Order: sequence, then C-alpha cells, then structure tokens
Amino acid sequence: MSVEDLNPREREGVIHPEVRAGHDESERAPDGRRLQHAEAASKPIRAPQTREPQPRGAKIRGDRPINQSEAAERFLAAPLHQAAHDERLWDLRKKRDASAHGVPEWEELRELASQIKTHTLSHLDRYLEQFEAAAKANGVHVHWAKDGADHNRIVLEILRSHGAKTLVKSKSMLTEECGFRHHMAANGIEVIETDLGERIQQLDNEEPSHVVAPAVHKTRMDVAEVFAKTLGTDPDNDDAHYLAESQRETTRPYILKADAGMTGCNFAIAETGTVVTCTNEGNADLSGNVPPLQIHSIGIEKIVPKVEHLGVFIRLLSRSALGSPITQYTSHFRAPRAGTEMHMVLVDNGRSERLGMEEFWTSLKCIRCGACMNTCPVYRRSGGLSYGATYSGPIGLIIDPTFNKRKYSTLPFSSTMNGSCTNVCPVKINIHEQIFAWRKVLVEEHQIPALKQGMMKAAGAVLSRPAAYRAAIGAADSALKVLPRFAVYNPLNTWGKKREMPDAPRQTFHAWYKQNRMKDTGR
Amino acid sequence: MSARDAILDGIRRNRPAGDFPLPEVPLFTPLVGEDLVVEFGERLQRMGGRVAEPGAGDVFAGVRERLDAAKVVASAVPELTGNRDLRGVRAPQEVEDVDVAVVRAVFGIAETGSVLFTQDQLIVNAVGYLAQHLVVLLDPADIVPNVQAAYRRPEFGRSAYAVLHTGPSATADIEGVLIHGAQGVRSLTVLLLPRGAAGRG
Ligand code: SF4
Repeated sequence: MSVEDLNPREREGVIHPEVRAGHDESERAPDGRRLQHAEAASKPIRAPQTREPQPRGAKIRGDRPINQSEAAERFLAAPLHQAAHDERLWDLRKKRDASAHGVPEWEELRELASQIKTHTLSHLDRYLEQFEAAAKANGVHVHWAKDGADHNRIVLEILRSHGAKTLVKSKSMLTEECGFRHHMAANGIEVIETDLGERIQQLDNEEPSHVVAPAVHKTRMDVAEVFAKTLGTDPDNDDAHYLAESQRETTRPYILKADAGMTGCNFAIAETGTVVTCTNEGNADLSGNVPPLQIHSIGIEKIVPKVEHLGVFIRLLSRSALGSPITQYTSHFRAPRAGTEMHMVLVDNGRSERLGMEEFWTSLKCIRCGACMNTCPVYRRSGGLSYGATYSGPIGLIIDPTFNKRKYSTLPFSSTMNGSCTNVCPVKINIHEQIFAWRKVLVEEHQIPALKQGMMKAAGAVLSRPAAYRAAIGAADSALKVLPRFAVYNPLNTWGKKREMPDAPRQTFHAWYKQNRMKDTGR
Repeated sequence: MSARDAILDGIRRNRPAGDFPLPEVPLFTPLVGEDLVVEFGERLQRMGGRVAEPGAGDVFAGVRERLDAAKVVASAVPELTGNRDLRGVRAPQEVEDVDVAVVRAVFGIAETGSVLFTQDQLIVNAVGYLAQHLVVLLDPADIVPNVQAAYRRPEFGRSAYAVLHTGPSATADIEGVLIHGAQGVRSLTVLLLPRGAAGRG
C-alpha cells in the first residue's frame, strides 16, 4: 500500500511533521497530479504561523441597521485573515472561469436556466400543487410553512410525535433563515451539523459566512482552537487532515444514533416529487439515509418542472461554485425507505411576497452557488459575517432587505457596482442592477443614513450614464482582483481603503465582449 | 386560511406578469471524445476516484489488496461473496462497521466521471456512505456521454432513491486543503466489468 492509501491518522505517523509543514497536503491523483475538485484551492494556502485572532462579524443590535463597514474595518485589520480569505475566494472564482470556458454551450445553459426559472416562478402555484400531489402519491408527508416560526413549529411537532430528541442536519441556508438550530436548542432537541464547515461554525457559535464554504473566513489555526476547546483535539496540531478526521470521528456517532435526519434542498422536481441535494462530503446523503425519520426543508422557489431540467442546473451549479463539473454526491430522494417516514416542509418565509416585487422577484432564481460572493471585491475583503445576515455578498444585498428593510437598509451600499456578480451568475440574475434599485428604494424611503446619501449621488451620476460607468470600472480581472476601482468614488467605505490603485485595464470587458463574443455568436 | 392556501393565494396574487414559456432542453454535443470509457476514467480520476481493469484470472485482482485488508466486506453483487449479508440488514446503522462495500452501478457519465445507484443496487442506501471504501462495478457499455443524457434515463422518475457518486467523499473546508473521506467513503474504485462476466470471489 502506498501512502495515499492510508487514512489521515495513519498518514500522520508516516510523514514527519517537519516534512509535511509548508507543503501542499491536498490529495493527489495516482499520477501525482494535484487534485482540485470539491472546494480545493488550486495552490496551497497555508496561513502564516503567526497567531492572529479571528475577527468577529457585524454587531447585531435588534432591528438597528447593520454597520457592515465597521465589521469590514475589523476584518481588514486582521491582515492574515483578510489575505487568506481574498485569495481563497478569488481562486474559486478563477476555477469557475476555467470550468465555464470548458463548456462551449455555457451561455446557452445560463439562458436556459434563467428561462426555466422564470417560467417556473411565474407558474409557481401550479408547480407546487403538482409537486405536492406527486410527493403524496410517493408516500411522503407534505407540510406548508408560511414563515420561519411556522417551519420550526412543524418540525418540532414531527419530532415530538416520534419522541425524537436528536437530529443530524446537513447544510441548509433555509433553516439558517428560520433560526432553526436556536429554536430546537430552546426546545430540548439536539441538532448536530454534519458538514465540516457548518460544524466548525456551530461549535464556535457563529453562523455560516458563505453559502458554499461556511467557514472560509477561518484559518486552520482558528479551527484548531475551536476543536481543541470543543472536541478535545490537540491545540497545537493545526493539520487540516487531523482536524477534518477529528470532525469525522466525532460526528459519526451522532449520525448513527440520531432519531431524525434533516436536509435542505437544492432542487425539487414538480413532476416526480423528488428532492435533490448536492454535497461533496456525503453528509446530506447520510442525514437522509441513516436515521429512521427523514425531513427535508424546501424553499418554495426551489421547484423545477421536470427531471430533464436538472441536466441544466447540475451542469451549472458546481462549475459556478467550485469549478468542478459536479459535486461528489447528487442525491435524489423521492420516497421513504421501507419502514420509515419521510416529511417535506415547503417554506414560504417572504418568497411569495417577493414574487410581487417587480424589480426584485427574479432574485428568487438564485441556486445558491456562491459565485457572486467569490467574485465580489467587497465580500472578499470584508468576510461574510460582516453583513450580519443569513445571506451575504451580492445576492444577500438583494435578498436581505426583503426580510427586514430597516435592519438591512445599509447593505445595498456594500457594493462597488462593478457588475462582476451579474456576469458570473449562472441563472442570469441582474444582481448589480437590483442592488442599485434597492438603493433608490431605500433613499426614497429614508431608510438610510445621511452619509450614504452622498455616495448615492456619486453612484447615480455614474450609473445613469452607462458609457461613463463602463469606462470608470472596466471588468478586467486585473482591476477586479486588486481593487474595486469604483471605490474611489466612495471614500467613506472602508473596504475600498488600503489598496493600491490597479493599472487601468487596457480594454474593458464590454469592449472585449463586443469585439470577440458578439462576433463569435453572431449576436 | 391554512398555510397552504395562504401561500398559494399569495403566489397567485403576486404572479409576475408576462408570458414565459418553458424552453426545450437540447441534449448538447458531448464535451467528451468518442471513447467514453477513456473519458469516464480520466474524469473520475480528476474527481478523486480510481479505475481498475478486471484481472484475467481474478477479476477483482485490481482491488484485491483493498478486499484482503478489509475485515467486513458487504457485497451487493453476484460476482463477489462478502462476509456481511446486506439483505439481512434491518437498520442502516448495522452497516457502520463495513470496511468495503461492493456495488454495481446502473450507468456511468463520461462528462463527469459519475456513477448512478438506486436503492436496488445499494440494497441498504447507507452502505454507500458508511462503508470506509467503495468498489463499484461498471459495465463499459453502460456509460452515457453527458449529464443531459443521464437525466433522460428512467431511473430518476421511478426510484425511491437515486444518487450520482463522483469519486469519494471530499472536503476542503479548512484552508482549501483537499481531503478525501469527509463524511462518506474514503475511496471509490470503479472496476470496469461487463454485466454477467464470470467472476470468482
Ligand atoms: S445570485 Fe447567482 S451567482 Fe449569486 S449565489 Fe445566486 S445563483 Fe449564484
């Protein structure tokens, strides 16, 4: 057996720590090639050995507006964290580009995905009814929840009727939205997150900071510290293999003894009543297949009409998120296992209302790939927790105010408006335009502090003249990577400080696109 | 009003105006070359899986080391007799000590290096995740070119459970370091073995 065949604990004894340190520890193919699937970085990012306390996220004070700039300032003041975060996410963005360029029909897929979602959302009542009927015919219990509280109450009832006390859960932004974990804790139900990143965040009493990589803002030393305190690992061992293996070993008993398992849902198929989950760790698959009671929480916007439409979304999702052609696991749950119960909870929580917001309803197309976050210069420099909301980054700026206009009133200003988010979005949401639309709404409704109104004017002046705007920003990667150039117009924003101005791109994205792509596609 | 009616009512009231037809989804020209077996193998490797050719005498020669090192082998295929009978399992938790599970895939996808299982191949769904290692038998004739073609297959509409596995379980949630064996299996090896080929176990 070669070293690769050993499990990480065995490997530890084989490789001397000094040889290991500073080297790339990622898995390799049999031919020695460094593998880059899942969330893997394309080059090793080893945080420097200097200990730097992890900056904490935005301070939440009831409904008072979140001060994202203040939290961003603290993140920027932690250079090791800031640099690692920026680098890691930009790496994912580059992998996404490489992956997208390898698919000639990429633009066609995006257009199809967008159209399928538009169609489904504009016929959502019909498709939900179809989904419900199909699921019931499959022997599934279907529930409807108006909001987060409703969702939590329904799940609690299901658990209580089975005498269930423990629940293993796989990543679900929807349950974050509902404050599910906290509600269950208050009601004596033990909830264990099974995704490594989410488990790290749970053990550190923090919310996930990214929809795909929940603990991306933490260094390995932060994780070592959390695990030492909570799982009893060696505080001086920050080897990623050791830490991940410790989580595997300590989470597994919970999975085996849990009374119930819960997963979120990436896609729900109206035609067949199927719930689809996509993970790399296999945790949704364990949550759905091991405990005797199975619960799926489904946002009503996750519906797609038919199985064949999955072909479009599955091809886009992981490529947009991580640059890999597919996630390691794509599970299709349709009917309960013999002798067990399966429940599906269809959750609205503001979605049906958002459907009626002319400028913002298309944000419901979002498939939570995180590409807009990875490309966003503000997100990369501020960390996801600085937004103080379940959804951060560009998509969060649009969604969050629909949950609470006052609390999230300042978030739409945390953007350079460079349009990169819109360019990468696999379902073609006009993200930056919606961010701008929110600014208008919030200014008109006086939801925003006076100082942001000045910025608003500067933004408005440029944005009202598309040609000037394009000249001002350019979307070339060189500029996007280093600095949101537009930040110069916003001296009040901390995430625009402390960086050199990049060279102006020789050619803007639009100019390049006009010259190249339009010619290619004949458009 | 029930939550259900309130939600549907809200949706109807707020339905976006306009005619938005459902587009046709084409099959698309496969991204892969003609030799689907080679393409499948290459892509599976990039996702952390391995491919083994059947041996001449012992078809399991390529994974024999793995099998011999295992205390508990659960086989769901007629080609190999394990020492844990999956058909006798009453609760998924019972397979937690399985070292190697051997399962046949319904089909493979060349574009991604994925294999499909349903509850019929896994017998106990959980064995695909609780086992430490997975050995997958795949008939080279059962490889479809791309994801789009895969989703035209009937299994998704009629199986209680269907899953695409693409290599072993993986995570890189700590500083982007890629680690195999996150929550599911630590390794996945595909043995290219035609259906009905004689085997010895
Ligand atoms: S808005 Fe688009 S890019 Fe952002 S997470 Fe959603 S689907 Fe991905």
